[in-house]
Amino acid sequence: MSEPALDLSHVTMRFGGLRALVDFSLSLYPGELVGMIGPNGAGKTTAFNAVTGVYAPTEGEVKVAGERVNGLRPHAICTRGVARTFQNIRLFRQLTALDNVRVACHAGAQSGFVDSLFLTRNHRAEEQRILERGEEYLKVMGLAHRRDELARNLPYGEQRRLEIARALATGPKVLCLDEPAAGMNAAEKIELMALIRSVRDRFGLAVLLIEHDMRVAMGVSERMIVLDHGLTIAKGRPEAIRKDPKVIEAYLGDAYLEEKHIAVPVGGPGAST
Amino acid sequence: MGFLRGVLRSTLPFLIGIPILLVLQAVLDEAGRQDLSLIAIFAAINVVLAVSLNVVNGFTGQFSLGHAGFMAVGAYTAAKITLAFRGSQMLGLPEDLSGQVVFFLALLAAMFNAAIAGFLVGMPSLRLRGDYLAIVTLGFGEIIRSVIENLKTLGASTGLSGLPRLTSVTWAGVGALATVIMARRLAVSTQGRALFAIREDEVAAEAMGVDTTGYKVRAFVISAAFAGLAGGLVVHVLQLSTPRSFTFIRSIEVVVMVTLGGLGSITGSIVAAVGLTVGLELLREVQQYRMVVYAFLLIALMLLRPQGLFGTREIWDLSLFRRFPWKKLGVATTPGPAGVAPTEAGEGEPGGPP
Amino acid sequence: MTEFLQHLVNGISLGTIYALIALGYTMVYGVLKLINFAHGDVYMVGAFAGFYFATATAKQQPTFMRAVLITLGSMVICGLLGWAIERFAYRPLRQRPRLTALITAIGVSFLLEYGFQLQFPGSWFPPGPTPRFFPELLPRFTLEWPTRFGVSLSNYDVIAFCVAIALMVGLQWIVYRTRFGTAMRAVSFDAQVAGLMGIPVNRIISGTFVLGSVLAAAAGVINASTHPRIEPLFGLIPGLKAFVAAVLGGIGSVPGAMVGGLVLGLAEEYVAGYALSSYRDAIAFTVLIVVLLFRPTGIFGRVTVEKV
Repeated sequence: MSEPALDLSHVTMRFGGLRALVDFSLSLYPGELVGMIGPNGAGKTTAFNAVTGVYAPTEGEVKVAGERVNGLRPHAICTRGVARTFQNIRLFRQLTALDNVRVACHAGAQSGFVDSLFLTRNHRAEEQRILERGEEYLKVMGLAHRRDELARNLPYGEQRRLEIARALATGPKVLCLDEPAAGMNAAEKIELMALIRSVRDRFGLAVLLIEHDMRVAMGVSERMIVLDHGLTIAKGRPEAIRKDPKVIEAYLGDAYLEEKHIAVPVGGPGAST
Repeated sequence: MGFLRGVLRSTLPFLIGIPILLVLQAVLDEAGRQDLSLIAIFAAINVVLAVSLNVVNGFTGQFSLGHAGFMAVGAYTAAKITLAFRGSQMLGLPEDLSGQVVFFLALLAAMFNAAIAGFLVGMPSLRLRGDYLAIVTLGFGEIIRSVIENLKTLGASTGLSGLPRLTSVTWAGVGALATVIMARRLAVSTQGRALFAIREDEVAAEAMGVDTTGYKVRAFVISAAFAGLAGGLVVHVLQLSTPRSFTFIRSIEVVVMVTLGGLGSITGSIVAAVGLTVGLELLREVQQYRMVVYAFLLIALMLLRPQGLFGTREIWDLSLFRRFPWKKLGVATTPGPAGVAPTEAGEGEPGGPP
Repeated sequence: MTEFLQHLVNGISLGTIYALIALGYTMVYGVLKLINFAHGDVYMVGAFAGFYFATATAKQQPTFMRAVLITLGSMVICGLLGWAIERFAYRPLRQRPRLTALITAIGVSFLLEYGFQLQFPGSWFPPGPTPRFFPELLPRFTLEWPTRFGVSLSNYDVIAFCVAIALMVGLQWIVYRTRFGTAMRAVSFDAQVAGLMGIPVNRIISGTFVLGSVLAAAAGVINASTHPRIEPLFGLIPGLKAFVAAVLGGIGSVPGAMVGGLVLGLAEEYVAGYALSSYRDAIAFTVLIVVLLFRPTGIFGRVTVEKV
């Protein structure tokens, strides 16, 4: 347990002249719940994309369970144990909920075309296994009753849950959730927070979370990291982050600081969506 | 014993299909209806073409316009082999039977070569998206044809003539059956689901561990192999193999079939292939209007019903057919997507959701 | 040396034709992100329109004025055609996925090609599949210049080149110095935002189509003058090659299309002239594949990163 599940050291992402992420470092240990917050454009999703292989880091190193993964394609990083959800839900809309999860179940295996075409015993055993696993993950996320429904027909909240189920089905060590609470009402957010905790408990994962809603972010995270304009401006426990003047300034600006002094209402700055 | 059962299950569709086709062929021969035989053969070949292209354009959502090139590779491969073994006797068999054996081997070789061509074309091309992939595949198809036109050993622009008439209703039917079985088994398998995922959202599929490039290339290779099969079949009924048969107009005709039937629907491809073959035969008198009709059809289709006749749905998803013992017949192991009708009239528009 | 210079002359002639057609592709792709497959056939229609005007006025003296009027007439016809194609075949599909529109474009292309091959008894239109000969619009004379190398150069080549350059300069002026051009470029960057800024997007797109078609018509007349044999399918291959030229130069870039056209014309002339003459058509496709694999944005294109 001494090795971090995910380790980013001094990661910088440059796009032409734009520095989207600067000198970002984070070590995520198995079972931890870490939240990333920051104003829009701070570089949070860029960090996710660097972790999951959508971009190769311009500088710095990304390691998954000790193995360097810089420059690997996203599917290779996924099979090494990193799964994610997306800011704008990216489900396989024309496939059923079950199929969405089943695609993720087979993560990594490439061969098998021959098995499928000739209906070998391997194939049949594998299909059965995947079917069972798929149904299991749906059940865990409370979506078993939606098994045969097309993903695009699901209500919004269930779509978000399905995305999480799908990510879990890849069997990750690290789960990256990109604004999972976006578009949810207060009750759904509370349910989500409980869900994230129970998923972490049940599967023993490390969870990295991007969130705009302070209640959710601070309610779920054990540790937090705050970004602004690509820079890391604060790290620490939620209680400390809540009072950190640099964080308040990033969200609300100098004028607020001057006007108000530093007391921060419970629930934090940054209105929920 | 288990192994034998596995083999039986796997080949059962052919064990049932081949006798039926032989009977059909005999009936048509007895009745002297050569014209019907020809229509049936061409319809079957078009089924092979449409269903195989559907694997790339429909299942995987990639737009290939180079199908004719792979047909050509398969056609010429098969032609060279049958011409080389003409009149000889394999394994001391009587000439007729020997011819059939040679044909079988020639078709396998055709598929193999076409598959290689598919790999060589697919590897560099499948990194590109949408319009660019379409144009590049079209380009490769034309390059293949250009090369053929310049090779003396392949008969240059006059082509190879005097090919034996080996394609019968049975052969063509078996080809069609094999293609449909391939597509069906693929569609309900893990690999097929991965292809659909790529079509739906390539970025998400990649993030869920699907090696998108690898899968796209494999789909392309399989599709090309069956295009090669179609090529081998068609030149042995025309008894002639010329580059003019494999222009990109041919590729577009196949695209029309697949789009008309519905990208992603095997049933749609079959219906469209058979329908267009028969329909065009009926329009034989007004041959000069044929292409104009095609053109209007394409435009009207895209304006009015871009998802084609069947969208992404299959006839065997109807509850009527779900109780059919598909598993026992060795068509597939798991049931397909459940028969829940989508709320809007089937999607499956070319290019995916806007 | 003679051969080299001859190829140079021929390559430039060919290149300007490709450039004129490529401009239409690139502008339409810029504003609609659509490869207008039917564009090569608009070029064909241009040649035929010129043919019809020329035969209708065959009794008259072949003056310079008449040649200009015939060219302008052809440009008007094609402008209308381009407008109609956009209005009825592409505009309804604006919200649909790009591939749907691409398939429709293929359909329009077929419609033009095979529609023109139909023949109704007693009617002069459509022209039917037999090739026609484009009449001489101006007396043609060739000279050998420079006399030392004996390169064959005709007044047609010179006029064609000058007209093409004039049209391209005119286009540059329109695109970079008029409000229409600025609006066109705005739409090509972001059509939705351009619309919100008050730009009449539909009209701009129509205008773009008209502009591209007008250039293609001119190319059709010019080319038919130097290569008089025209038939309904002859726009197909030049159309595809011009598309390659547009991609080579960077699709969406106006200067790119001009440069790409010239480069492709020269490349085709030189490769076909010195090496593989029977692979002439395949050269364009090889260039395309090389460009798309190694530098897909082309010579002048911009690299954009997709935001996930």
